[in-house]
Amino acid sequence: MSEYIEHDKNGISVGLVEKKFFTFAEPPHEMILESAEKLGPITIAYETYGRLDPDKSNVILILHALSGDSHVAGYYTRDDQKPGWWDIMVGPGKGIDTNKYFVICSNILGSCMGTTGPSSINPKTNKPYGLDFPVVTIGDMVKAQKALLDHLGIKKILSAIGGSIGGMQVLEWCVRYPEMVVSAIPLATTTRHSALAIAFHEVARQAIMADPNWNNGDYYSGPKPNLGLAVARMIGHITYLSDESMRHKFGRRLQNKSDFSFNFDADFQVESYLRYQGAKFVERFDANSFLYITKASDYFDLENQHGSGSTVKAFSKTRAKFLVVSFTSDWLYPTYQSKAMVQAMKKNGLDVSFCEIEAEWGHDAFLLPNDRLTKLMKGFLARVYRQIQR
Amino acid sequence: MSTDRFKDNKMRFDLQIIASWIEPGSKVLDLGCGEGDLLKFLKENKRVIGTGIVRVESKVAQCIEKGLSVLHGDINEEVLDYPDNMFDYIILSLTLQQVYEPAKLIRSLLRIGKKGIVSFPNFSHWSIRLQLLLTGYAPITKQLPYEWYNTPNIRVITIKDFRRFSKEIGFNILKEVAINTNNHDKEGSVIRFLPNLRATYGIFLIGKGES
Repeated sequence: MSEYIEHDKNGISVGLVEKKFFTFAEPPHEMILESAEKLGPITIAYETYGRLDPDKSNVILILHALSGDSHVAGYYTRDDQKPGWWDIMVGPGKGIDTNKYFVICSNILGSCMGTTGPSSINPKTNKPYGLDFPVVTIGDMVKAQKALLDHLGIKKILSAIGGSIGGMQVLEWCVRYPEMVVSAIPLATTTRHSALAIAFHEVARQAIMADPNWNNGDYYSGPKPNLGLAVARMIGHITYLSDESMRHKFGRRLQNKSDFSFNFDADFQVESYLRYQGAKFVERFDANSFLYITKASDYFDLENQHGSGSTVKAFSKTRAKFLVVSFTSDWLYPTYQSKAMVQAMKKNGLDVSFCEIEAEWGHDAFLLPNDRLTKLMKGFLARVYRQIQR
Repeated sequence: MSTDRFKDNKMRFDLQIIASWIEPGSKVLDLGCGEGDLLKFLKENKRVIGTGIVRVESKVAQCIEKGLSVLHGDINEEVLDYPDNMFDYIILSLTLQQVYEPAKLIRSLLRIGKKGIVSFPNFSHWSIRLQLLLTGYAPITKQLPYEWYNTPNIRVITIKDFRRFSKEIGFNILKEVAINTNNHDKEGSVIRFLPNLRATYGIFLIGKGES
């Protein structure tokens, strides 16, 4: 979901940033996972921008989605071709203003961008975990993030913000650590995957597992299941767009040709786009991580895990102020799912704002430049920050 | 009714009166809150904990940018989700005339709120009566400035109608004020003599019926 990243048009940026690491859960103090398995040591890759207030009241925790990482904004070096994945939103004077707030983002557990995941070295075998890596959940990811915040000495989160699978972590934070979360912005997300969302994830996982190079997850010393992972990414991209956006972006236009090739090359622009996105993705992402993270998001079920089947009960634990945002053309996490969580929040008497933004770009809309979204977030954050300072 | 102290703020006159009825520190729900002027005023001047509901995305955005809690949605549906007596006041200002099922909405309003404040343009104002009598066309006024074919105002209500409605539905009128003003006017006057004939708007504070 990061093919949109561009340099800021006005040249505004947090500037040079650094990826940092924190290791915890060293044996014999491993983290107990939701599956009851133990995992440790765990390394978390994270980045921070802005300055922490003396009373540590200006912390914004950003939670990333499936293929994201800790690199939200700015550049690692002056020669970087692209800034972090949400550079349009995070920076001086931007929607999440780094002049005011102290921003933290960490790579999620099970990923492959610096945090421990299936491609990390298993200390017991000195080889990558592969499928020996235990299945992790959204709850486990959040527990690991909590360990990082404990390490940083942070007790209050002014706002937890994230879209898609990042939004699931936002919701999990609100119910798991209600005393810590002052406010939350779940974007384009859901309290539980629909059968449709699970179905697309399953097809994507099958594509990876059907690649002979996958080899039951044990491929780190040989050729990688790039074909399977690329197809998985292509499926993902279809679900992130919308009928309308694909019609505008590609239509039935042909790619560098005036007529059909009458073979199975990429004739249409949309085919060429998907192939390109798939090929690009395998350069930076691990196939096993894709399996683990999609599974974690499919397992996520806020009502069952925290409310004995009731969304209202699940949200009864939180005291956060919410800004819930959905997008009209998002068919992966449609508006009715955001409305259902808003309804449960209202029934609990929670302070909630909700906006369905008209946008043609499907699920990916939250990552694209959107003046409305920027202003909504800015206004909401300014309010909760004012309230906490009183 | 003293309205002098509101003269400097920029709110509509009917909203100034509504604001004067609200106890400081109350919980308020504003149905059809527009750009959030009333909620913002109440928050800043009366320490009110307010929520608004509005259907138009750009207005939702303006409200949230101002730091208000606002839900994007249809008032008739959104009121259904709240628990009983969640709010001290529910405000329905200049919206009743656009509601498809007014009785249902008023009942919901008095379920989720302890009191309601309802205002609407008075359709029995003398200028409306005169227009219909003399011209024979559907009246168009500053308060109801639309043609019959493009008006969002699907109900015509008079101050007397609303009083009768309260008996039929079974709610109490705790307070009422009739005012004379033009739409978006910041100033106006309270009409005490022949309000049903002379007032452009009626504003009612309503409470639950005895039963």
